[in-house]
Amino acid sequence: MQLVYACTFTMLAVAGLLVTVRLLRGPAVPDRILAIDVLSVLLAGGIAVDSARRGFPEALTLVLVVALLGFVSTVLAARFAGARGMEEAEEARQ
Amino acid sequence: MIILDILSAVLLLAGAAICLLGGIGMVTFPDVMTRLHAASKPQSAGFLLLLLGAAVQLDWWALSLLTLAGMFQLLTSPVVSQVIGRVAYRTGEFRADLLARDETSPDRSP
Repeated sequence: MQLVYACTFTMLAVAGLLVTVRLLRGPAVPDRILAIDVLSVLLAGGIAVDSARRGFPEALTLVLVVALLGFVSTVLAARFAGARGMEEAEEARQ
Repeated sequence: MIILDILSAVLLLAGAAICLLGGIGMVTFPDVMTRLHAASKPQSAGFLLLLLGAAVQLDWWALSLLTLAGMFQLLTSPVVSQVIGRVAYRTGEFRADLLARDETSPDRSP
């Protein structure tokens, strides 16, 4: 079972690294916001697996907190970027 | 207990593999709209499989919290996809040549 947890964490870490590559390279602002959201989901899943590995279910409240924070921050950042991007697009059109 | 361990291992490995595939898609896909498709795999399927695999190892109290987190994620991931897709469309940060159909474009409306 420890081997299964090690494989799971390795795959999650590689996925997080790939998403971080997109976060750093992402040409547009929506790319970066999407990468941050996927990172928060990966973090929440990793915390759930870790609490199962330790047999420590109290840590599962962290899963809820991370999922909530990821959703709220993503929507907030996307709306902010959208408002600013719309202004710039308007100025470019005029 | 060995059956529960095998079930949990299969669920955890499947969830982590889906997360990994989503990460690969996030790097290789060409623009924001296609990356939304890649990103929704870890957001829904990968996360739910990881939670199921963890729930098999834990008790009933943990199952309630995991159910809450899974339902929340299922409700919010379409909202995130829609908001990011709308921002990308309005600011023009996507490749129009990759779209099969663009029903909201002003120069294609009847």
